Amino acid sequence: MAKNVLMPQMGYDMDAGTLLRWLKSPGDEVERGEPIAEIETDKVNIEIEAFDSGVLAKTLIGEGDTVPVGEIIAIIGDPGEEIEDVPEAETVSSNGAETTEEAEVQPAEAPPTGQAEDEEAESATQPKPRDEPQPSIMETPSGDRIRASPLVRRLAEEHSIDLAQVDGSGPHGRIVKRDIQPYVDGEIEVPTRRVEEQAPAEAPAEEERVVSEAPAQPTARPSAEPQELSRIRQTIGRRMQQSFRDAPHIFITMSIDMGKAMDLRRQINAELDEPESEITVNDLVIKAAAIALRKYPVMNSAFVDEKREIHDRIDVNFAVAIEDGLISPFIADTDHKTLGEIARATKDMAKRAREGGLKPEEYAGGTFTISNLGMFGVDHFTAVINPPQAAILAVGAAKMTPVWNADAEDFEPRFMMQVTLAADHRVTDGAESARFLQHLKGLLENPMRMIAG
Amino acid sequence: MASTLADLKSLEEDQLQRIDEDGIREITYRQALQEALTEEMTRDDNVLLMGEDIGAYGGSYVVTRGFQEEWGRERVIDTPISELGMVGVATGAAMAGVRPVMELMTINFALLAIDQIVNHAAKISYMFGGQFNAPLVVRTASGWGQLSATHSQTFEGWFAHIPGLRVVMPSTPLDAKGFLKSAIRGQDPVLFIEHSLIYRNRGPVPEEEYTLPLEGSEVRREGKDVTLISWSRGAILALGAAEELEEEHGISCEVIDMRVLRPLDTETVIESVKKTNRAVVVEESWRTMGLGAEIAARIQEDAFDWLDAPVGRVGALEVPMPYARNLERLVIPGKDEVIEAVRQALA
Amino acid sequence: MATSATSDVGLLEQMDTDQLLDFYRQMYLIRRFEERAAEQYAYGKIGGFLHLYIGEEAVAVGAIAAMTERDHLFTHYRDHGYALAIGADPGEAMAELFGKETGTTKGRGGSMHMVHPERNFWGGYAIVGGHIPLATGAGLAIKHKKEDAVSVAIFGDGSTNSGAFHESANMASLWKLPVVFLCENNLYGMGTAVEYASAVPEMSTKAKGHGIETETVDGQDVLAMYDAMQRAIKYCKDGNGPFFLEAMTYRFRGHSMADPESYRDRQEIDHYRERDPISIFKDQLLGAEKASNDDFEQIDNEVEETVEQAVQFADESDFPDPATIYDWIYYSEGEVGKEPPRG
Repeated sequence: MAKNVLMPQMGYDMDAGTLLRWLKSPGDEVERGEPIAEIETDKVNIEIEAFDSGVLAKTLIGEGDTVPVGEIIAIIGDPGEEIEDVPEAETVSSNGAETTEEAEVQPAEAPPTGQAEDEEAESATQPKPRDEPQPSIMETPSGDRIRASPLVRRLAEEHSIDLAQVDGSGPHGRIVKRDIQPYVDGEIEVPTRRVEEQAPAEAPAEEERVVSEAPAQPTARPSAEPQELSRIRQTIGRRMQQSFRDAPHIFITMSIDMGKAMDLRRQINAELDEPESEITVNDLVIKAAAIALRKYPVMNSAFVDEKREIHDRIDVNFAVAIEDGLISPFIADTDHKTLGEIARATKDMAKRAREGGLKPEEYAGGTFTISNLGMFGVDHFTAVINPPQAAILAVGAAKMTPVWNADAEDFEPRFMMQVTLAADHRVTDGAESARFLQHLKGLLENPMRMIAG
Repeated sequence: MASTLADLKSLEEDQLQRIDEDGIREITYRQALQEALTEEMTRDDNVLLMGEDIGAYGGSYVVTRGFQEEWGRERVIDTPISELGMVGVATGAAMAGVRPVMELMTINFALLAIDQIVNHAAKISYMFGGQFNAPLVVRTASGWGQLSATHSQTFEGWFAHIPGLRVVMPSTPLDAKGFLKSAIRGQDPVLFIEHSLIYRNRGPVPEEEYTLPLEGSEVRREGKDVTLISWSRGAILALGAAEELEEEHGISCEVIDMRVLRPLDTETVIESVKKTNRAVVVEESWRTMGLGAEIAARIQEDAFDWLDAPVGRVGALEVPMPYARNLERLVIPGKDEVIEAVRQALA
Repeated sequence: MATSATSDVGLLEQMDTDQLLDFYRQMYLIRRFEERAAEQYAYGKIGGFLHLYIGEEAVAVGAIAAMTERDHLFTHYRDHGYALAIGADPGEAMAELFGKETGTTKGRGGSMHMVHPERNFWGGYAIVGGHIPLATGAGLAIKHKKEDAVSVAIFGDGSTNSGAFHESANMASLWKLPVVFLCENNLYGMGTAVEYASAVPEMSTKAKGHGIETETVDGQDVLAMYDAMQRAIKYCKDGNGPFFLEAMTYRFRGHSMADPESYRDRQEIDHYRERDPISIFKDQLLGAEKASNDDFEQIDNEVEETVEQAVQFADESDFPDPATIYDWIYYSEGEVGKEPPRG
């Protein structure tokens, strides 16, 4: 009875073989186990054997032909047996993989040792009918992406809150649970996409909003095309707008005699070898403010959700002017830092701020801000509170100024510096702010008290 | 890793039992292990202890001190320094009906035996179609202490990667005793990882006999602001950080001790994260490709819509452990790093 | 081939004909099983690696015949012959090669992990040398439980170069464990000849270094094999510690199906084929007038039928149910439940 010789699988990774040469010719007798051909796989050349004894009746492929595993390459018959035409492509079934008709008909495309076709996997790749595209609630009207935590996204979906109108207080302006909670709790009316845009309770998260009002007629021609605001300008604008609009600012100015502080600074700096530790006036102010904040913790608080949250830690921010904006890194645990540590930190962070090398965790946060424009010769200015902080200190230049000495009944030259505290009236009052400034003044006018701790 | 003189001296003191306020006695982690081994050896003659220097020397962490005198060399077997061979011998012995408890001095040496643990012990049940099993226990210790690069590693994640193994890493004396007894009585290969720095920790352990199932994590402290997830000494570290965060910063941390690293129960973690919306994973291993990464991944898989911040991770610096004390301290995370990570998660 | 033991003519006389013909039947069963497996592999019915035992049948048959039901067996991955010799059903063995639910390990282990737990055959193992410590451990268990049994590790010449072998040999000798280390020296570790892999030409030299008694036997002579294995087992059961038996043999086929055998020439293979263990045994039986050609022909036909049925059984069996894929990750399912799908 005729037996087919198939292109054998000779190794688990073989799917086709090339016939190099026939070792037997049609008419030759073959014995079981006898090599009848040499084949080549992608790895080796190897002899293949007859699994049945008989006469090699026909060879069906020529030397050099490459055929898939399982294809009939020869027929072994009994001596004298008449061999009919090749039966319909008989090929192997597999060792646990598919037995689909496709594989039998087209073994080349579906090697018999291939993995089972996974119907689920296949259906998973089918394109699924999609719903009509809907504007995502996670985008601003202009289509930009909003940074919001997954939790916030879910809550926004559930409560139909337009996140474009929620301000993010998390890192990188991410909207986090505490930002959206008042809307979820119904404390603030839910801003939905369709709501009239004028005067929303909250500013948009990141991007410029489309303003519905008609623009005022220009009275002069602009000198150039209107400029797109940089991202940082947008952020500053939004935050300052929110602060100046929502937080009732109290401004209190005080003059401080910086004479002893300047002397101390000179003395310390004279002892130093390395310039990176040199102390500036601003470092002294930062140190003094940190100590004063410990005594007046309300100044070190935040106004959040109609509540006052007093921080345990004192992390003083200091504003650094950078290209087209400003950034306020903070010194962690400022009150626990020595003057030298503060000096090194401010120098390092200011330098990196200008180079764009600050890490987010170095400026996202902080509990009280100091802005110093003394280097520009500014005598006095007021600053806008950095929300959600409670206060900001604006520091002018220390300048030689005539000061009336009542004892001597004469004017004396003094290094005077004006500082102006802006405080959130929702959190504190003028008297408390003044006491804070008094304490600050006392420290700077008797700087040994700062060093003595 | 050999025990220091100070350790040995303190042993005497450790042997004293203390009674806590509720009248439950407190014993050390080491005593809990000793009790588990003693009780199981008494219960079953087929329980054998094997390992390097567990006999006359008493074990490198002195867990088996006095055992050879008590039970003899036939049941407390000092092995040659042949980690691969001895874990294989324990596996074969377990297949043939005894209950070996193999001590590998430290988990660093488990690398010599990894073929036997991974390619043999872990495969016996599955590869042979569930027809027989290899119920051995491999006890070993993680930890450090100025032992430098090759003796200070934490490889639990490597083994927790392997289907077929059970990997437990208890942090309390109560768990240590209950888990060890269950491991010895169980039907599967168990890698039981101790920690060299917590052998002297005390905790309540009841007088009466008990076992604990080798599964499930445990909430060690309830909280509402953030979930801290760790295991072994890391869980103790996380508890300390949680205390400080509560007292000094008013931050309320929920602390989960994973306890069993394979099969890994993340249900408790997911439940907690759904409550707190924030999570920080604390581990003493390198973070890259580690167990903490797996837990963080599962949190985002199963609790994505409850997350209010990225999952924070605290781990060792990615360097071979240096010898110098100050450098070593930099590598292993401490309370400050955990606190900082929590504050970042809450930013 | 150096041999220090040859067939004991006395043994041939003593043994009854049924047992002798059973040796023949087992060897021929292994031979035909392997030939059909090669055929089914070529047809794509069998996947992965397929390591054939053709040429080495006398070692398995002779050694296992000397073992009792209490003895334990751990082998390397060229393991179909041991499974058949120790009594595994040929249909189940072939079904395992086909990856079927009815296989010896229900389609989990495949060719390299045959088992027969009813006779303490705890499996073929696929990491070279890795099972030698397991067998040593079974020896420890036997000693601890004071059983009248031995543990047998069968491994190749290649694995005597592994640490697993040396660590095990040291411990077995140190603790005087009843372990027979049976080394099948077929002269090649995969495609590397012994002389390029081992500093000493006789593997037994390495055992001697661990203080273990050794013997070298002609692994092509099933009676010599049987005789030597009986001595080795008795030595162990008498409490003398382990024994190392080196069986000199030859693999007639490539290492696996994908092996072009570029490392040895046809003359060498033909030379060893002259020492076909089945032909040698046939001649012995005919010479001693213990059997006739008719006996052989009858056995051959029965074996042919058995193997054909095995192939059919394997072919007709079902593949494992995908729903069972998580079964047996842990043995103690009842205790703590199955491992959840992702560990």
